[in-house]
Amino acid sequence: MKTKMTQTIKTVKSVKRRARPRYPSAIPPAPLWQLRLYVTDETLKSVTAFSNLKKFCESYLKGRYRIKVIDLLKQPQLAKGDQILAIPTVVRRLPKPVRTILGNLSNLDHLLVGLDLRSTD
Amino acid sequence: MKNNVVKPAAATLLPKCPTGIQGLDEITGGGLPKGRPTLVCGGAGCGKTLLATEFLVRGAMQFNEPGVFMAFEETEAELKANAASLGFDLGGLIRRKKILFDHVHIERSEIQESGEYDLEGLFVRLNYAIDSIGAKRLVLDTLEALFASLPNEAILRAELRRLFRWLKDKGVTAVITAERGREQLTRHGLEEYVSDCVILLDHRVYDQIATRHLRVVKYRGALHGTNEFPFLIGDKGISVLPITSLGLNHKISSERIATGIPRLDSMLGGRGFFRGSSILLTGTPGTGKTIVAANFAQAAARRGERVLFFSFEESPDQIIRNMHSIGLRLEPLVKRGLLQFHSARPSLYGLEMHLATMFKEIAAFKPHVVVIDPITSLMDAGTNSESKGMVTRLIDYLKGGQITTLFTSLTQGGHVLQQSEAAMSSLMDSWLLLQDFEGNGERNRVLYVLKARGMAHSNQIREFLISDRGIDLVDAYIGPSGVLTGSARVAQEDLERAAVLASQQEADRRKRELERKRSAIERQISGLRSEYETEALELRRIDEQVGTQTLLLTTERAASGRLRQADAKVVASTSIRSRQARKN
Repeated sequence: MKTKMTQTIKTVKSVKRRARPRYPSAIPPAPLWQLRLYVTDETLKSVTAFSNLKKFCESYLKGRYRIKVIDLLKQPQLAKGDQILAIPTVVRRLPKPVRTILGNLSNLDHLLVGLDLRSTD
Repeated sequence: MKNNVVKPAAATLLPKCPTGIQGLDEITGGGLPKGRPTLVCGGAGCGKTLLATEFLVRGAMQFNEPGVFMAFEETEAELKANAASLGFDLGGLIRRKKILFDHVHIERSEIQESGEYDLEGLFVRLNYAIDSIGAKRLVLDTLEALFASLPNEAILRAELRRLFRWLKDKGVTAVITAERGREQLTRHGLEEYVSDCVILLDHRVYDQIATRHLRVVKYRGALHGTNEFPFLIGDKGISVLPITSLGLNHKISSERIATGIPRLDSMLGGRGFFRGSSILLTGTPGTGKTIVAANFAQAAARRGERVLFFSFEESPDQIIRNMHSIGLRLEPLVKRGLLQFHSARPSLYGLEMHLATMFKEIAAFKPHVVVIDPITSLMDAGTNSESKGMVTRLIDYLKGGQITTLFTSLTQGGHVLQQSEAAMSSLMDSWLLLQDFEGNGERNRVLYVLKARGMAHSNQIREFLISDRGIDLVDAYIGPSGVLTGSARVAQEDLERAAVLASQQEADRRKRELERKRSAIERQISGLRSEYETEALELRRIDEQVGTQTLLLTTERAASGRLRQADAKVVASTSIRSRQARKN
């Protein structure tokens, strides 16, 4: 399971990044999504969250997202910065405003609401 | 009030973690349960956060136990400012890694949940914080804020239960604060997770005066005071005031100290009060209670003892000025630091605050003698039972420190022995009564000793005179018409003095008469004697004349005889006769 996850993370990191324009153009570029997934070890919740997140990104943000997985057991000092309490937690660092979604992301509707991609009604 | 005293019996039962908070360790018999969580709950403004902060700060400073403060409401800057108002250098402790601060902040509007989660992140943060400074203490303030931040209460409750279990395993002594609920101890029922120790804080207003109370609701595995104890937030942190923890086992001194009024000393078996005793001085308005108290204070300060004078009616300057007018010079004693005044209006704050202030002043000044003038106006600041409790505590505290205390007590005119006074008097060792005597269009003061434990005291009423030279006690005149005081006494004394004077004058007159008689007799005697002597002298002269004449006569006869040739026989007989007459 562990190997599988590291592989997936690597694949995510190797996702092609859309080059930012050097000069501001009239057409605003589609923003790059910076996501952080906080986990502790490779628990079932963490792995489910990661696969759900990836599934979501692939279908909605293909080619313009970046996921950083942070294992708090290895880097506990990072928990403070994003005010992490719950595990797993996804934090959308970009685009602003910062959004936080708790849970294994099994509820897609809630995820879309949480990321301002769908209104609550 | 030693902070780090752990009762040996309790220590064997359950290890305790001293809080260092004044009085709290006494109530809990040594502190909070070591390595276990304690719940501190109370309404807004009760001092929960402060208690938690002091627990951490004192732990870091006094017991070398680093601590983690995890705040769910306040930021680091806010908490530092709050702590600074109590004289705690939280910033310094944080820099020296004695305290680690972690502010947990979740904006509900920024959060969305999707699917299952747990609070492992909180555990990780706690664990990291605790391990990074080797913390032994932990504060979670206020954990219940999570109920507002996290939408899923079921998950939260399950995780809290796990958290407390985890904290116990971790072995940190934790203080968890929570808001007081309507029907439960806490708003979200945290008490069901924390079962070891629950402390309830309360802030009540009675008769416009607010008092904070602390109660140990539960303390598993240890004896604890179950009463509600008043506590205060002063400039040195929290102090809880245990009322009845002290028993009647004060050390007793048989040393006596003078009252400053020599006649009063002699009324008290000749040597004044016992050191460390409590003295009640009751009197109606204007009977001179403050003056007696000031005299006592002055006498003690002049002996080189430290005197603390609590005045609840007059300002220090006013007392000094007033006492100056009767010849008591208190100012030099104040300047020498032997006499210290502390004035406050009774209604300034609650009874407990007064008491705590007094305790603090006493602890700082370490006086030998304390004067409280008057205790009654202080008692008005609280309810009856509160006041009684307060006086008991005060006396216990003072007796424990072998401090002689003089309480003055104001009674309403006409009712000298009030019920409340009688209740208070049972706590007192000596009771002096100042009273007014009205009559003859004047009002006079008298003083008598109502009781004085452990000494033979006078049962006499003394008249109490105040002049610009100080206090004097005079024997009141007790005659057939009752006790006479003031001008009546003076008149009576004058009458007696006149009678004595009259009889003395009579005696003098008689003495002079007798003397005159004696000298008259003497004169008579000497007159008679001189008369006699004159006569005797006369007689002798006559005698001599007769002799001379006889001799002349004989001589003439002899001559004429010789001339006439008379015979010798006649000559011989006449010469013998003349010789005999001369001898006579």
